[in-house]
Amino acid sequence: MIIKEFIKLLETEFEEEYPEGVTQDTKFRELPDWGSMQALIVTALVETEYDVTLTATDLTNMQTIGDLFNVVKSRAK
Amino acid sequence: MSQFSIHNIAAKGMAATVPQNTVYNNEYTLLSEKERKLLIKTTGVEEKRAAEKGMTTSDLCYESADRLLDQLKWDRAEVDILIFVSQSSDYYLPATAIILQDRLGLPKSCMAFDIGLGCSGYVYGLSVLSALMSASKMKKGLLLTGDVSSATCSYEDKSTYPLFGDAGTVTALEYDESSDPIHFNLQNDGSGYDKIIIEDGGMRNLVTEKSLVKKEVAKGVVRASLNVALKGMDVFNFSVTEVPKSIREFCTYAEKSIEDYDFLLLHQANKLMNETIRKKLKYPIEQTPYSINKFGNTSSASIPLTIVTELRNQVASQKLDLLLSGFGVGLSWGVCNLPLDKIACLNLVEL
Repeated sequence: MIIKEFIKLLETEFEEEYPEGVTQDTKFRELPDWGSMQALIVTALVETEYDVTLTATDLTNMQTIGDLFNVVKSRAK
Repeated sequence: MSQFSIHNIAAKGMAATVPQNTVYNNEYTLLSEKERKLLIKTTGVEEKRAAEKGMTTSDLCYESADRLLDQLKWDRAEVDILIFVSQSSDYYLPATAIILQDRLGLPKSCMAFDIGLGCSGYVYGLSVLSALMSASKMKKGLLLTGDVSSATCSYEDKSTYPLFGDAGTVTALEYDESSDPIHFNLQNDGSGYDKIIIEDGGMRNLVTEKSLVKKEVAKGVVRASLNVALKGMDVFNFSVTEVPKSIREFCTYAEKSIEDYDFLLLHQANKLMNETIRKKLKYPIEQTPYSINKFGNTSSASIPLTIVTELRNQVASQKLDLLLSGFGVGLSWGVCNLPLDKIACLNLVEL
């Protein structure tokens, strides 16, 4: 798993909502209008692409896109 | 394990009724335009139907059943059994199925009872009705499923109000020794009983004045204990984990591959969730019909409603074997196949 590819997937998914893109240091929960819908989209993406299940608590405990990547990477089969 | 096969039972007809009153999610005033756009993109729900005050699930089911019985030209005196699957009954007691027996002009000899299930209810209802008919050789039976969820959703709860719609359906089953078997895989997990719940109004928490008081539970989520509460993320994780797993188990049991089925009919829960399930199963989107954009999540009505609105021409003119999966409140989930051989499928009825 490469972080560049992971970020690209996220950027494609959120093209409309966050056209300026994200980096591994982006604090995703501080993005404008971040809420349950965005969390659901991330969860669905990770489930589909990596077969990794993220809980609501997982997402609350993370700060940056880099944190998210590390959790997904550690759980990916 | 609740995995079994039922023989000699065939579905002969299907009908669905929705209220005329349409509610548009792009007019939901509690969200900004941007939020509404994202909500529609994620849930898939553009519009849904909401019953006017006083209209019940049984009214919607009655309309479907009355018209289907006429279309099938069934002698009403020959209907042996009626099952009503719903979580929005007419009264606390008696059972709604019994009221429907009389209202539909069915004989006193027609066995009638309710099953209290939601999203998984269509698959569970099919299993109970077909198993009883197959074992007893009862000739004709009706399965009525649906919910009026709009009455129990709080308008100020963005996690439920935009999602749920109202509908009532009927499926007519007949004893038929030439029919193909129906296989079932049925499961549940009571540890998740509070993931989708109306807390007050049952015996555990009797209704008090406090039951009506609305509270802000989270940002954009204001509801009372008599309103439905939904833990969206938990339900999402349950569904995308258990549903593909149970479908794979089902296929192994039925000695079929998923591609052997003509269409995959998923309970219309949430577009993003259903698409995640579909992608995990690697099943083609062209064979996975959706009605959630027009009707929202209609609980136990969603599978037959999708057949009626999206597959009417196919089921009326072809021999098909459908793969069905219902999942949600309980937590409860079930998979079955439904062989259909040119059934009577009525146009959607609006009440």
